[in-house]
Amino acid sequence: MDYSSKISRQVAAVPRSGIRDFFELVLGRDDVISLGVGEPDYATPWHIREAAIYSLERGQTSYTSNLGLLSLRRSIATYVSEFFGVEYDPRSEVLVTVGVSEALDLALRALLNPGDEVLYHEPCYVSYMPSTMMAHGTAVPVATRKEDEFSLRPAALAKAITPNSRVLILNFPTNPTGGVASAEDLAGLAKLCIEHDLIVISDEIYSELRYDGAQHVSIASLPGMRERTVLLHGFSKAYAMTGFRLGYSCAPAPLTEAMMKIHQYSMLCAPITSQAAALEALEHGARSVARMRASYLERRDYVVKRFHEMGVDCHLPGGAFYVFPDIRKFGLGSKDFAMQLLEAESVAAVPGDAFGASGEGFLRCCYAAAFEDLKEALNRIERFVGTLA
Amino acid sequence: MSIDPLLQLLRRNGRFSETELAERLSLPAEEVRERIEAWEEDGTILGYQAVVDSTRTGDVEVVGIIEVKLTPERDGGFDRLASRIAKFEQVVSCYLMSGGYDLLLMVEGKDLMEVARFVSEKLSTMEGILSTATHFRLKTYKENGFAFGEDEEPERLPVAP
Repeated sequence: MDYSSKISRQVAAVPRSGIRDFFELVLGRDDVISLGVGEPDYATPWHIREAAIYSLERGQTSYTSNLGLLSLRRSIATYVSEFFGVEYDPRSEVLVTVGVSEALDLALRALLNPGDEVLYHEPCYVSYMPSTMMAHGTAVPVATRKEDEFSLRPAALAKAITPNSRVLILNFPTNPTGGVASAEDLAGLAKLCIEHDLIVISDEIYSELRYDGAQHVSIASLPGMRERTVLLHGFSKAYAMTGFRLGYSCAPAPLTEAMMKIHQYSMLCAPITSQAAALEALEHGARSVARMRASYLERRDYVVKRFHEMGVDCHLPGGAFYVFPDIRKFGLGSKDFAMQLLEAESVAAVPGDAFGASGEGFLRCCYAAAFEDLKEALNRIERFVGTLA
Repeated sequence: MSIDPLLQLLRRNGRFSETELAERLSLPAEEVRERIEAWEEDGTILGYQAVVDSTRTGDVEVVGIIEVKLTPERDGGFDRLASRIAKFEQVVSCYLMSGGYDLLLMVEGKDLMEVARFVSEKLSTMEGILSTATHFRLKTYKENGFAFGEDEEPERLPVAP
């Protein structure tokens, strides 16, 4: 059968993930030190796992409200109020989802009509373009630059805005660059969003992982922005809970209601076991988060220093657990560099162009790996770039 | 939670070399050495030990956990008696406790008799000791932050978005 005529044009148009290709290459080998993951190197803190087990023991195996357990939504509203400084009504403005990925998909599908343009800064998380396409929107990437520490400059955004622009996706701190937005940039972006009546989908999944004493600022907390922001957050990164698949959105009631409409028919609700774990994480997880953050910071400083010492330009990321070294001077494309590094030294790092065309010339290295592995991986990278120079 | 990060690392692993510590903290190795030496000198760092799973070495080692009640003295409370008790080399740990008894001791011996003899001959006969209750350790699941017989590392995908 000719399946190509059976697959929807929307889906067929989505290109294959660059990460997927690389993944297949790495899978066959067992000698690889991987800096290619996008998740913490910790198992979920025991007190959180134990809460999930206890929830199962008590027989909590049912559906929950479509929005999520009210106790969890209350706890989320309290946390968001304290951490982001924005108030949401847990009964009508908080939606518990299966990871931020689902929440992003819901938001885009709830907001877009065919042809609506979605702006986002690039290099970016791999799902922004495909999710936009599958929601019948038009993806409009705005390139960010190493010189700006991968923040989105308002001037760059202004150039990309058209009468069809409808949504701006922000993700600070950013996967894959670790970039953060300065207060001035955020204020400038907010001004543009208000002027052009854009809705912001702000993916703040890495917001607890800020370094150098900086306090995370959500665009939702800026004047006039709460009403036009869908704030997305979750538990995967700060609490090392990727496999629990739990995220949430906070947005004005009419937007939440629209997202909930899709969620209730597709997902129904997030798994109750994960919701129980998330509640424990919010109520008692602060110490675990602080401990992991301190350890990421140690590793970030080490990795950046090593790249500098081997003559590789690498900006100091203000958040997340990625560094995004600039490999342009070696005259190899990102893919070739990553493949040859894998071949020669068995180190896996993701080619920057997997995160959009503007990631070309860079490499994403995740430093959420054991310190000894990091050190060995950097020794090998140093040896590898020595052969290129 | 504002323990010095250098001390924190050393408490986790006393065998980190100065270079390793310096790498992890992005500090000059010289500074690391000086600070450790200063701590060793002023008694902040008292020593370094290995955490050993003795079931794997075949060594027989009995640990008695002993609760001690004693009469506090007019000057110094429990301190004089506690430090006298702590001086016995069999006593590996000695803590002043709140609650139903005063001192908690961990006493090592090569067998039950040796620990029992220490309690009956040395400890109980000391002036000021009101009573003792001895418990014997049966199995260790975790010591100083290290789990014994830890589970295998769960597998992670080598590449993920």
